[in-house]
Amino acid sequence: MPARARPLSPHVGIYRWQIGNTLSILHRFTGIFLALGFVALSYWLVALAGDSSAYASASRLFASPLGWLALLGWTFAFFYHLLNGIRHLFWDAGYGFERDARRTSAWLAVGGAFLLTLGVWGLLWHFGRL
Amino acid sequence: MSLRSPLGRARGLGSAKAGTAHWWGQRVSAVALIPLCLWFVFSLLLLPNLDYDTARAWLHWPVSGFLAMLLVAVVAHHSYLGTTVIVEDYVHDEGYKLLGLLSLKFLHVLVAGAAIFAILRIAFGN
Repeated sequence: MPARARPLSPHVGIYRWQIGNTLSILHRFTGIFLALGFVALSYWLVALAGDSSAYASASRLFASPLGWLALLGWTFAFFYHLLNGIRHLFWDAGYGFERDARRTSAWLAVGGAFLLTLGVWGLLWHFGRL
Repeated sequence: MSLRSPLGRARGLGSAKAGTAHWWGQRVSAVALIPLCLWFVFSLLLLPNLDYDTARAWLHWPVSGFLAMLLVAVVAHHSYLGTTVIVEDYVHDEGYKLLGLLSLKFLHVLVAGAAIFAILRIAFGN
């Protein structure tokens, strides 16, 4: 039996780009990136359970330029995924669907993630940990 | 009365009857991760430094070791559920989809197992 072409819904490309769909995509991307962070966390723990030379090489890796960049990214990804996740939990409970509420919570999630990332790295810098 | 066609049923199309449990598990693990992740991030920030001895002493303390173990287990579950949805959404070839889903399951168990074993080694070591 020849396969019939099934009707398709309009592709994402025809819709106007908005804050809502941007943050939805960002939620997925940060989720994937945090899954990689879970592998890094596991590596850190395994190195810590080993001898001090294993831990020293793990520390060197995390303190390399690429390591710092990844840690900075994981900090932002963590706070964004956390705040936007809470936003999703409110929706699941049936609250915050109105247009204004949606937009306000969207900007709160992005802005909050930037502020918290800045706060954490600011504290690290303030206490001379960088 | 079922609205599914006999052909659709024979091909295994339609609901796998596990969607609600998956959706619910994602939310429950998300709620559990809010306090666990915040505890982890702020505990690390509050340590005077992340030297070998300092970090080990922190995880040697029963409360930290226990919470770290819970964190790893719940993160693994949440991450597995999330990445599974991504593979199901974008990989449409049955063979690659199965390969992707199985790889995700094996990798998550492997990474979580290694992390939990490491925490136990530190917690019960000297």
